[in-house]
Amino acid sequence: MSVADHSTFKRRLDSLGVSLTEGPESACADLVDEAAGDPAVGVALADGTDGAADSGGSAGALPDRVETDPTTAELRAAHTGVTDASLGVAAYGSVAIEADAAGTEPVSLFVDRHVVVLREADIVPDMPDAFEWLGPKARDESVDVVFATGPSATADMGGLVHGAHGPKEVHVVLLREAGGEGDAGGSDAAASEVTAGE
Amino acid sequence: MSSDAAKGDRIRELMATEGDAVAENTRGFNRGRYESTGRLDDYEELKAEARDIKEDAIARLPELIDEVRETVEANGGTVYVADDAADANRYVTELTAEERDADRLVKSKSMTSEEIEVNEALEAEGVEVIETDLGEWVLQLADEAPSHIVAPAIHKSREGISELFAERFDLDDPPETAEELTMFARERLGELVEGADVGMTGANFVAADSGTMLLVTSEGNARKTVTATDTHVAVAGVEKLVPTVEDFSPFVELIGRSGTGQDVTSYISTLTPPVDSPVPDFESDDEPIADGSGDDRDFHLVLIDNGRMAMREDEELKETLYCIRCSACSNACGNFQSVGGHAFGGETYSGGIATGWEAGIEGLDVAAEFNDLCTGCSRCVPACPVGIDIPWINTVVRDRINRGDADPGQTDWMFEELVPDEEPAGLDLSTRLVGNYETMAKWGSRTAPIANRLSDVGPVRALAERVAGIDRRRDLPEFASEPLVDWFAARGGARVPADEAEREAVLYPDTATNYVDVERGKATVRALEALGVRVRVPDLPGSGRPPLSQGMVATAEAAAEDLYAGLAPHLDAGRDVVVIEPSDLATFRREYERFLPSESSERLADASYDAMEYVFGLLENGADPSALRAPSEGTGPVASGKRIAYHPHCQARTVEVGEYATATFERLGYDVRVSDTECCGMAGSFGYKTDYYELSVDVGEPLVEQFGDTDRTVVAPGTSCTEQLDALLDAAPRHPIEVIAPRG
Repeated sequence: MSVADHSTFKRRLDSLGVSLTEGPESACADLVDEAAGDPAVGVALADGTDGAADSGGSAGALPDRVETDPTTAELRAAHTGVTDASLGVAAYGSVAIEADAAGTEPVSLFVDRHVVVLREADIVPDMPDAFEWLGPKARDESVDVVFATGPSATADMGGLVHGAHGPKEVHVVLLREAGGEGDAGGSDAAASEVTAGE
Repeated sequence: MSSDAAKGDRIRELMATEGDAVAENTRGFNRGRYESTGRLDDYEELKAEARDIKEDAIARLPELIDEVRETVEANGGTVYVADDAADANRYVTELTAEERDADRLVKSKSMTSEEIEVNEALEAEGVEVIETDLGEWVLQLADEAPSHIVAPAIHKSREGISELFAERFDLDDPPETAEELTMFARERLGELVEGADVGMTGANFVAADSGTMLLVTSEGNARKTVTATDTHVAVAGVEKLVPTVEDFSPFVELIGRSGTGQDVTSYISTLTPPVDSPVPDFESDDEPIADGSGDDRDFHLVLIDNGRMAMREDEELKETLYCIRCSACSNACGNFQSVGGHAFGGETYSGGIATGWEAGIEGLDVAAEFNDLCTGCSRCVPACPVGIDIPWINTVVRDRINRGDADPGQTDWMFEELVPDEEPAGLDLSTRLVGNYETMAKWGSRTAPIANRLSDVGPVRALAERVAGIDRRRDLPEFASEPLVDWFAARGGARVPADEAEREAVLYPDTATNYVDVERGKATVRALEALGVRVRVPDLPGSGRPPLSQGMVATAEAAAEDLYAGLAPHLDAGRDVVVIEPSDLATFRREYERFLPSESSERLADASYDAMEYVFGLLENGADPSALRAPSEGTGPVASGKRIAYHPHCQARTVEVGEYATATFERLGYDVRVSDTECCGMAGSFGYKTDYYELSVDVGEPLVEQFGDTDRTVVAPGTSCTEQLDALLDAAPRHPIEVIAPRG
């Protein structure tokens, strides 16, 4: 991910009405806590940056108040759903949400606000990069991925409205590299300064 | 005639009831398309890439079907290839009603499911079907058909939806704002989704290499439809197959931009079903969602032939299969903007490309119901993300309708002289009269004083209306008694001597210029001569555009051959061909490649120029602009001559010569405002026809909004545009070259 991609991604999110906060991985729980409404459900964040969607990654990355093994009733009652994203597409402000057995898809969908945790190193420049990434995963792992760009929207009722079926609001928590182990990409983003502002 | 009259009435009714809502929305989408595609640096490259993928995929379709069967089955799903709608419906109803014993199926939007009418088939077996796309749900409640392939309820107003909800749900205080209406639908549909047994989606694309399907949505209803039910049925035409997942990329970048003008829609779902998500249990909802229930999901991909494999074998209809159903051709179309898909559409599909779909799937009879509404203006051609020549498909289908539906009882012998065409006996008379416009014009010019007088006489116009369908509210072209070619010969031919000439050019005396609007021909001669061009105006036959517009392909092809034969010696001599009427130039550049050997068509396309393009090129190459007429200095009425309102011809825009007039005017010091309207609505002969008179006027309405009270000098290069602008603006527009040519 280049500096240009980073700023393009932020600009696109802004134009989509998607709010963004950013900070180091260690600030993740705090950033999510700030962004999530109540009650909140979530899916434990995956470890590492390759979006391998096994749950049970970095424990403590989500605040305790986020229920990470929700029942259907809790999902139905939830205001916010917190999930990670496997990829960000800078040119479009899209995030790739990968369906998994832990329920990332329903948690990101059956709620009013979706809080997306994305690692900076997972931002790719453009759509062709996203499909280069998806191709092998689709063929080898049969993944199911939604590229979500902004909130759910409809213009079918005589004007643009957000939250037709899916979330009315989307917030992205962008995690900077903290000099993580064994990650090839994004070493330039391993700055240690912490600015968790909006 | 009676069915035509009924058609005219239906169009007038739809314009009154739905026209305003459709116009506002489609014109908004169309503006959005220009803005959104304008933000792409590599728009043309993406279109070319998308086109290549589709050409390759359709060429290898049988192989891709085999491949996707293997990949989907390896993923644990099932593929069923249905021969036709009945076959598909049998499979879906057996699965849903019998095997699953389902009470309710929820659907996301799918035109293919509309095509096979699966809702009716399921309901007949006792399965409740709920459309979850908000627009489709509104139509389901209203029992209406989609009027647009992407935004199905585009014809419904907010007020109308509010009334509908009040009535259907017995509400005293119904939701009214867009926000309230949406939240009402969100809640109702949310409950219905929770209780559903089976989820049905369409598919925008399916990758054979992995069995991955792509869904383009904004609301999130397709995601819910798939996630909330344990059985997923995807219904897709076989043409949706592409070789690989990577092939999705250009389509994802193009489809939203081309359709509603969104860079990308909210959700691009790329599913490789059965999906991995657990199935939320909405009945016993106190169990964790993540209960491993994703493993029990069932997936069925129903690929539909229903005429498509035959279309693939049909050289002319095959291109239809490249269509990605983005709706660009609907939104860019003047007639569609005015009437919407309830008039400009068949059983399922609407807009320009619908002619191909309906002809291939339902048959010529259905295509014949609305095929007339394509005027060949060609504004959909640059809008189509896969480069389908949609007007050509309409022309070919019109030709087949002409040949198939011909009524041999018609009294052709009366008009033999006027209609010396290559078409079968019995072809509709108004079609033939327009198609043989050149012969009529020649006859009209020869007998001009009588013909012009007759054409204004009430009983004659009444007869013309009844027999030939020419609306009496239109002024008919007034024939000149001295054609341009005769005038040129009488003045002694070329005035720039060969040894002083910068270039040599043939001015093509198109039918309209030669017999009707001779002044613009004379002005062109003066302008070119002033710039040092040795001009000739030889007697040449018509280009074939009028018969082409009527679907008379064989006649047009014969015309192309005749005209090329007439021009060949001039091309051999290295002369340029200058064309005044944009539709003729467009015919040379777009259609002649279908009629002539490629060497000939390319040679003519390369040597021919729009008149204003030619002037621009001469100035760029050093010709003296002071030889042309600059705007007069001064204020008040005098200054209005400096300010130009310019409506480029639709087909000139498509062959990208529309901007030369603007550039030339500006170079000479004029101030130009260019119209935003895709097509004036006259479209050659279309606006003369009684059934379409009101529609034609309505299509031109945006021009009235833009130029209605202008004090600018109105210019338009197309003859029929000139007629329309004159009627709409009372402006007596001229060809741009008449403004800049030295006075005669």
